[in-house]
Amino acid sequence: MTTAVPLSPVLTGRGVGYGIAMAPSVVLAPAPAVPADEPVPTDLDQAEARIRSALTAVAAEFAAQATSASPVMADVLTATSAIAADSTLATEAVRHLRAGAGPATAVARAIEGFATTFTAAGGYLAERVTDLRSVGDRVTARLLGLPTPGLGPLTGPTVVVATDLAPADTAALDLDRVVAIVTEQGGPTGHTAIIARQLGLPCVVGVRGITAVPSGTLVLVDAGKGTVTTEPTTVQVAALARRTSADALLAKDTAPGATADGHPIALLANVGTPADAARAAATAVQGVGLFRTEVLFLDRHDAPSADEQVTAYRQVIDAMDGRKTVIRTLDAGADKPLAFVTQPAEENPALGVRGNRLLRIAPDVVTTQIDALGAVVSTLSDDRRSDVWVMAPMIATPAEAKEFATMARARGVATVGVMVEIPAAALRARDILAEVDFVSLGTNDLAQYTMATDRLRAELADLLDPWQPAVLELIAATARAGRDLGKPVGVCGESAADPLMALVLAGLGVTSLSMAPAAVPGVRYALRQHTLEQCRAMARAALDAPDPATAQHAVLDLADASVHATFDQ
Amino acid sequence: MAASGLHARPAAALTHAAAASGHTISLGRVDEPAVDASSILMVMSLGLKQGDEVVLTAEAAAAESTLDALAALVSSDLDAPGAGR
Repeated sequence: MTTAVPLSPVLTGRGVGYGIAMAPSVVLAPAPAVPADEPVPTDLDQAEARIRSALTAVAAEFAAQATSASPVMADVLTATSAIAADSTLATEAVRHLRAGAGPATAVARAIEGFATTFTAAGGYLAERVTDLRSVGDRVTARLLGLPTPGLGPLTGPTVVVATDLAPADTAALDLDRVVAIVTEQGGPTGHTAIIARQLGLPCVVGVRGITAVPSGTLVLVDAGKGTVTTEPTTVQVAALARRTSADALLAKDTAPGATADGHPIALLANVGTPADAARAAATAVQGVGLFRTEVLFLDRHDAPSADEQVTAYRQVIDAMDGRKTVIRTLDAGADKPLAFVTQPAEENPALGVRGNRLLRIAPDVVTTQIDALGAVVSTLSDDRRSDVWVMAPMIATPAEAKEFATMARARGVATVGVMVEIPAAALRARDILAEVDFVSLGTNDLAQYTMATDRLRAELADLLDPWQPAVLELIAATARAGRDLGKPVGVCGESAADPLMALVLAGLGVTSLSMAPAAVPGVRYALRQHTLEQCRAMARAALDAPDPATAQHAVLDLADASVHATFDQ
Repeated sequence: MAASGLHARPAAALTHAAAASGHTISLGRVDEPAVDASSILMVMSLGLKQGDEVVLTAEAAAAESTLDALAALVSSDLDAPGAGR
């Protein structure tokens, strides 16, 4: 008798990084959408009673959650429970009901009324709007007969599954329990992917059908392959164990990044906070290649003072203790709104006032930050000043580069650079490099702007592929300008974290690669197996290819067999 | 009161105490309209900051001891670590 071995269903998406993890899934229930045509109940007294009992039930839910939460979360949950229990909220909701709204609509309007007041008050109150909305979401879900929004308490290792994660969702993740993230929507460079990469969590985005897999299903997430296997077989589980031990072996190599023939390629870390920097400093990275300063201020409703900024920057520099640290000025706007600088009415935020362009509408924010950076550099000893590099995002022209460089140098910053993420800057890299000391390629935005493709649209992810020959061509042009002028050209985008792409970038003439610290061992290993000449041959093959898939295959054909085995490609 | 304002947790403690008193208590800045002190939303909406002078009033004369207790709660530093738990 033969027994057919059933194949486990495999869903595919776009992987972020190359980590792998396995755990039961928990599907994050989305916030309920209140239907615009919610029927107005005929029995208003009964509808009022339903609203009041839903509010009471949600207040009890939050209070119960508070008893098992950490002290900080317990305080927030207790206050949130008090909001749900507030008689003023009930009165407002009932007023909207009696004025002709459906029950869920009435609650949503009452919540929005208070949210407007809180937002207008600014500061601490504005930050509590999230709590208000979480009350509103839970109450309307109850009234509409939908599941409770959010994740609920996690009891063990968990793969979080969601349609997409909002910044507030990711902030609420229990990092001791979450081992991987899978989303139905979103692209490889959207918010979820960036946070997952920062936290070193394996992540696959744009996975059609994943939210239909019931919570509690065992899933194996392979970010390297971009696959999610539900109910994996014992054979697949054994393969996971082998991969995990191979990763541990790679991490034992701590030498500086270099090709097989000793051509150095600095391997640096992308960080967003002093805590990230401390974690990165504990690994074998040669410094920080991208310190995203906006991450420090994502929850802020007022601009941080120069003193506050000095403290934060100093913590990151001190954590790296003598290693190079590249600090990027605020890159607010587009998918990274900051309450104190983002204009609410941007029609095309990715093409609007973001990054260094803030100089045009909020010059104080930019100059305060450069003042703070200058102050930090001036407190360093002479021999350490050259370790701190400062660069501006969203530079399109040599004139903008010059303006920024002049401002930064006037405040004592020794090494000034700009990001190359706008095609115009890549095409005129020579003129831009003439104004600054170095450039760093932001490949995520460079791909977005080259391919005219929104980073947040999963349907268009193939166009955003970093292997698109047009994007590689612009990287090549920038690297060529750097080589001719003898100035460093780094890459701090997603591309740098892919071991195969790292070989191409080295071949194109890129001098440093900055990535999530978890990706460094794989990139270090790949570089070590190839000479610079081999990398150049791979770069030529990628540039000659007509499309991303052909480019990737051509490079893989030229790669050493050990790379195939290690990365299972 | 904490320098950054009357935060959610102390506001919850105050409104809980006001509601538990059984009296109708209102809270407001001097010479400004007062709000129901048992409503966390209304109390937070006042946006009180450290140093703000506030007035607590009760409808029933019998509520004097309640007012004293609430006044003590408002003037203590509710945001100090461990306070109010």
